[in-house]
Amino acid sequence: MEIKVDHSTCTGCSLCRNVCMYDAIEIIEGKAIINENCVFCGACIDACKFKSIEITGIAQTHEDFSAYNGVMVFIEQHDGIIADVGYELLSEGRKLADILKTALYGILLGHNLNENIGGIFDYGIDRLYIADNEIFKNNLDDVYSKLLVQAINKYKPDIFLGGATSFGRTLLPKVAAIIKTGLTADCTSLSIDEDKNILLQTRPTFGGNILATIITRNARPQMATVRPHVMEKCPVAKTEINEQIKNNHEIKKEKDFYKKYEDRIEFMDFDEGSFKTKYKLLSQEKETGQSINLTDYDVIVSGGRGIGGPDNFSLIKELADALGGVVGASRAAVDSNWISYPHQVGQTGKTVNPKIYIACGISGAIQHLAGMQTSDIIIAINKDPDAPIFKIANYGIVGDLFEIVPRLIKRIKSGKNI
Amino acid sequence: MSEIFRIIVCIKQVPGTTEIKINPETNTLVREGVETIINPFDSYAIEEGVRIKERFVSTGSSADDIEVVALTMGPPQAESMLREAISLGADRAVLLSDRVFAGADTWATALTLKHAIKKFEKYNIIIFGKQTLDGDTGQVGPELAHMLHIPFIGYASSIEEIDNRKMTVKRLAEDRYETFEIRLPAAISVGKDINVPRVPSLRGKLRAKNEKIPVWSASELDMDENHAGLSGSYTQVIKIFTPKHLYEVKMMEGGPDEQVEELFGKLKEINVL
Repeated sequence: MEIKVDHSTCTGCSLCRNVCMYDAIEIIEGKAIINENCVFCGACIDACKFKSIEITGIAQTHEDFSAYNGVMVFIEQHDGIIADVGYELLSEGRKLADILKTALYGILLGHNLNENIGGIFDYGIDRLYIADNEIFKNNLDDVYSKLLVQAINKYKPDIFLGGATSFGRTLLPKVAAIIKTGLTADCTSLSIDEDKNILLQTRPTFGGNILATIITRNARPQMATVRPHVMEKCPVAKTEINEQIKNNHEIKKEKDFYKKYEDRIEFMDFDEGSFKTKYKLLSQEKETGQSINLTDYDVIVSGGRGIGGPDNFSLIKELADALGGVVGASRAAVDSNWISYPHQVGQTGKTVNPKIYIACGISGAIQHLAGMQTSDIIIAINKDPDAPIFKIANYGIVGDLFEIVPRLIKRIKSGKNI
Repeated sequence: MSEIFRIIVCIKQVPGTTEIKINPETNTLVREGVETIINPFDSYAIEEGVRIKERFVSTGSSADDIEVVALTMGPPQAESMLREAISLGADRAVLLSDRVFAGADTWATALTLKHAIKKFEKYNIIIFGKQTLDGDTGQVGPELAHMLHIPFIGYASSIEEIDNRKMTVKRLAEDRYETFEIRLPAAISVGKDINVPRVPSLRGKLRAKNEKIPVWSASELDMDENHAGLSGSYTQVIKIFTPKHLYEVKMMEGGPDEQVEELFGKLKEINVL
């Protein structure tokens, strides 16, 4: 494997050097020279206007993957309640399956599952594989991965997706390592290359400064985790069950509430006794009070250095409350101990994608932008008209937040009463 | 403890993103300077490794019986980061460096680390930062743990108890704290909430300067070159681009009252209220 610069076309323009994150390119006597720091990320190839750079010598195998069909979604649940990202992935999975003209499978593991899972069938799923057993009561990666691997080996999906939650980001790497296939973390967009019928997995890297599109070569399934709240939930009317799997269907046992979905359900066979866990879960406590899960909210109102001190966060809280949202913060505010770490948005805090993100007194350091720039609507309130936050905002107000925010709260409250 | 208790901390040298700016005209990245840093979360991993050692020492173990090793895969200049790890309290460091390691995805990285870890006759705990600043995946830890057949707990927020056979680890999942007991050897990944990393001591800095750092290549790891680096990767980057912003910012004009009124109108328009 080698990366080469064609010196007959290289002009020494240094575009490639400017995009290289690894200090791997030098311009010597008017030509680009790539040194040993190179990690083959390909950024320079994309930047070069003269197509002078190429990576050669990658062994490309042309294996036959025709046995692999369908899109399978791991549907995460906690205490029998389906995580939102499950519905988001089913919606995305349906689109991919339609393009590939193939089936959408869900796979759901849990214990004492009940009507709460009914929503799954609103997303055009062709078949839901279920395992309902005490061994799946807690989300433990070793028992879950064992059954997922069995399912992947048996049903051979071409694409396998899971949520990039704390659990998914531990479970899916384990599954991929067992199956020996690639896994792309934290995707924000998925599409199909319709010439090759392969999955294009796009994800932010370098804290969201760059997007990289990644493919899975020489192994199947093509696996990806997808960030929660990035894909849209889109229920679909009942679809025809995919022809290829229609007749290949066994129901092992039933509960009454499964009846109406029975043509779309299959209970998985497994040897219960062979599932042993290395984890002893001693306790679980729900997070309460101060610590919150920012990603649960559609509206986040964040405060930064411009807030000036811990007491002024009450103003931010009041605006968040008026909009039914939650308080976020920049690293500067958290590091000053004005507010606790679970509120921190950004590269070393939470990555969020709410419908509305209101940044108050946040200049917009690139690490902060990395954590919130995929929000649907961004509103920035800042004194400094040159603050970088305005570069990514949809709506901006240059002004003193202590003049703006109280007026806005008042206006929202009065507006609601009309 | 009579035999060695070894804590291996896997770290990565990453470009410091503070150095990165976006050129607003071309929407491309501009790097100023060439600063590289220890991946920020990895400083917490090193600190936690050193604290585990200190815990054992405080309960009567000899410091000589507990070893904190910093391990990285990277280009030759990653050695400077390993010296920093030693100044922060690691006892020694090993650099995995070979041209054939370049371009590795998380799978190939985990496999290379596995080969290296297998070279130590014994290991008890492996610690990772929860994700890197550049790749951001957090996948190498769980993949490596699987390859070694040991349990892995991601996003650990504290090690409640530890002895030479097992440990109790608390971690924050989305909406809940979970406390697990796991037998050693085991692997964890840590975030910012687990500790506050110390600053290097003068003694540590001196030791860092003089310490010999071995470099292991693919042949020393007994690794097939086709399994390392880009050749050994299942995933491949096919395109890199900068995010495009499709909209222009709409600035609210006038004094505070007018600005608020206009914004309120926008919020109504998009059905927030």
